[in-house]
Amino acid sequence: MTGQRIKILAVIAALLAIAVVVPNMNPFLILLATRVLAFSILVMSLDILLGFTGLPSLGQAAYLGVGAYLTAILASRYQFGLGMDFWLVVLLGILSGAALAAVFGLLAIRAAGVYFLMITLALGQCLWGLAYRWNSLTGGDNGINLEVKPVLAGIDLSDDVAFFYLVFLLFSLSLLAMFVLVRSPFGRSLEGIRERELRMKILGYNTWLHKYVAFVIAGGFGGLAGVLWAHTTGIVSPETVILTTSVDALLMAVLGGAGTLVGGVIGAFIVFGLREYLSTVVPWWQYVLGAVYVLTILYLPNGLIGVPAWIRQRRAAQAKRQEAKKLASVPS
Amino acid sequence: MTNTSRFAAGPILLGGCLALGMSASTSAGAEELRIGFLAPTTGIFAQVGKDMVDGFQLYLNEHDNKLGGADVKFIVEDTQGKPDTAVTKAKKLVLQDKVHMFIGGLLASTGYALAPVSTSEKTVYIASVPAADDLTQRELEKYPYFIRTGWTSSQPSHPFGQWACDQGYKKIAAIGADYAFGYEVVGGFQRAFEACGGQVIQKIWPPLGTKDFGPYIPTLSPNADAIFSLMVGPMALQFPKQLQASGNQKPVIGGGTSYDEFVLPSMGDEVIGHVSALQYSAAIETPVNEAFVKAYRESFGKVPSYYSETNYTTALMIDGVIAQNNGAFPGAEEFIKQLAAVKVDAPRGPVSIDEMRTPVQNIYIKKVERKKLFGYPDDELWNTVIKTYTDVSQFGQFNKDEFLKTPVYSRDYPPCNSCE
Repeated sequence: MTGQRIKILAVIAALLAIAVVVPNMNPFLILLATRVLAFSILVMSLDILLGFTGLPSLGQAAYLGVGAYLTAILASRYQFGLGMDFWLVVLLGILSGAALAAVFGLLAIRAAGVYFLMITLALGQCLWGLAYRWNSLTGGDNGINLEVKPVLAGIDLSDDVAFFYLVFLLFSLSLLAMFVLVRSPFGRSLEGIRERELRMKILGYNTWLHKYVAFVIAGGFGGLAGVLWAHTTGIVSPETVILTTSVDALLMAVLGGAGTLVGGVIGAFIVFGLREYLSTVVPWWQYVLGAVYVLTILYLPNGLIGVPAWIRQRRAAQAKRQEAKKLASVPS
Repeated sequence: MTNTSRFAAGPILLGGCLALGMSASTSAGAEELRIGFLAPTTGIFAQVGKDMVDGFQLYLNEHDNKLGGADVKFIVEDTQGKPDTAVTKAKKLVLQDKVHMFIGGLLASTGYALAPVSTSEKTVYIASVPAADDLTQRELEKYPYFIRTGWTSSQPSHPFGQWACDQGYKKIAAIGADYAFGYEVVGGFQRAFEACGGQVIQKIWPPLGTKDFGPYIPTLSPNADAIFSLMVGPMALQFPKQLQASGNQKPVIGGGTSYDEFVLPSMGDEVIGHVSALQYSAAIETPVNEAFVKAYRESFGKVPSYYSETNYTTALMIDGVIAQNNGAFPGAEEFIKQLAAVKVDAPRGPVSIDEMRTPVQNIYIKKVERKKLFGYPDDELWNTVIKTYTDVSQFGQFNKDEFLKTPVYSRDYPPCNSCE
């Protein structure tokens, strides 16, 4: 129980540190941190499926895409969502992500394992195809530019720091909401389904409905991530919904540690850090990224968040060995 | 500067800072010129990105790393071929490196993503490659700090359509990569070809990156006099091979990227005799181009593509502007104004810039031939120039105002009235 409390305190401390340190960094790093936090919401939403329910989705970018395209289309065509009505767009983004997931879920939830992976992949690609081909609505491969950011009650979000705080706020709320969700009896039963679905069925749980609801909730958070994502770079293109975006999210979740929520955030920080920051420093950043992936899989099957536990284990093992040595050296 | 900007609140403030920095540099005079360069140096477009960087670097190497007397700090950033990464990297160049201008981008989508950055950050963006028509046509006013030194996608297509009429072609079947660049190249060709009495009787759009044209080639109309293709990258390599294997006897013509020097060295005899149009061919037999090709090949071991040439020429143009200002950067607005007035004799020929900030230049109709050129010992494929249209603007033979009233070329425009 205390271990749990320490973890929560550590996360709160880390969040506070981010809120204090990031705005004082150089503007490029503020932008990067904003991107990471926005994308992290998507990674966490995927973690609800992957880590807690045992559903590896390869189509999570679809919800990011729906939220992002919705934001971009409303803003560029109807000038909607550039004032206080931005909050309405946030709400619409969540609803549209959830609505899409509600449709896709009907098709996808029936499958499990690799088949689930393939169905979500295919559904995600459908959306990519739409984004790519529906030129009149989505601008095709050129995408849509968002030329201005919203102004909320006099706060201009084109100010990088203000926008960072907005994303930070929504990120923190999402983290809290998802944390409450996975700690709730509903979340526990999702974990039960992950461990042994048949047993849960026999116990009388409607596992299909549980998975479906989790899928829809994850879609809603994906939509929220999309709304923010659209404003981070101001460009929404088929690249937003392309397969590699889904794969990225999956890799980040696994890299950081699936089934932990914050693990995905760590994964996102590391992948974005290497890809978008280290790449401005050295040309061989891809080797570092590759090495991180390989080493994590080899030594940290629970992801980077498993590092403290791994250290603790090694220490314990070492202590045991020393104890054994001592005992052995004592003449009998 | 660094310290204040760390705490500067936002782009508006930053823009102000930057402008201050720039005016300061005008008085300082000897300050280095910071140039950001955006190209995909990893990912599937990495090789094109290398050509782009090499072109610019060659000019710097030849000029002691100076442009117009100013020492150049040349910062290359990797866009990874993604528009949103390009935006992030452009912001890094502006906010962290305080560049005077950023150059490059490859795909049209990247151009569209980067142009608004130039507006919001009040920093010069020189599109040396992205060719999306509308950036310097219907949307120009949104981007006051944007200027193009490359081309518009449909620019070579306009004279090329006329050329096709002159060959006596009456009906042409078009097959082009299914994205905005493809629509613009094919659309420009269709407009020009139909304006002089020809008919485009078919338009087929295989997806970008198609490698198997088996489903498309048999559907090409037997009534066509010639086939117009617009391919990019690996598509360009596969299409002529598979077309030849299908027993095609018709003349094949195409957009510039179907046969540019980036893909040409990997091609075989199946493309000999194919005709394409572009603002550059490595086989232009002028002393300027011959010197460029030789220098480039010596440095980088390959024939320059238009991606290399356009960035070399961009450096040449910046050189001219900075020299006019005695080695100082004149500020973003003034720089754009002066760059737009530049006239250079580039490897691609004479280049000037029109009032819509896009080049007016020669368009070359080129035929692929296997021959020896510039004293190189081997028989190689070259894009031999068979006809030159001089001083072609982005509107070609069309009236600018009427042109701008029509929509941008797309899948549906111009409509295919003669399609079977």
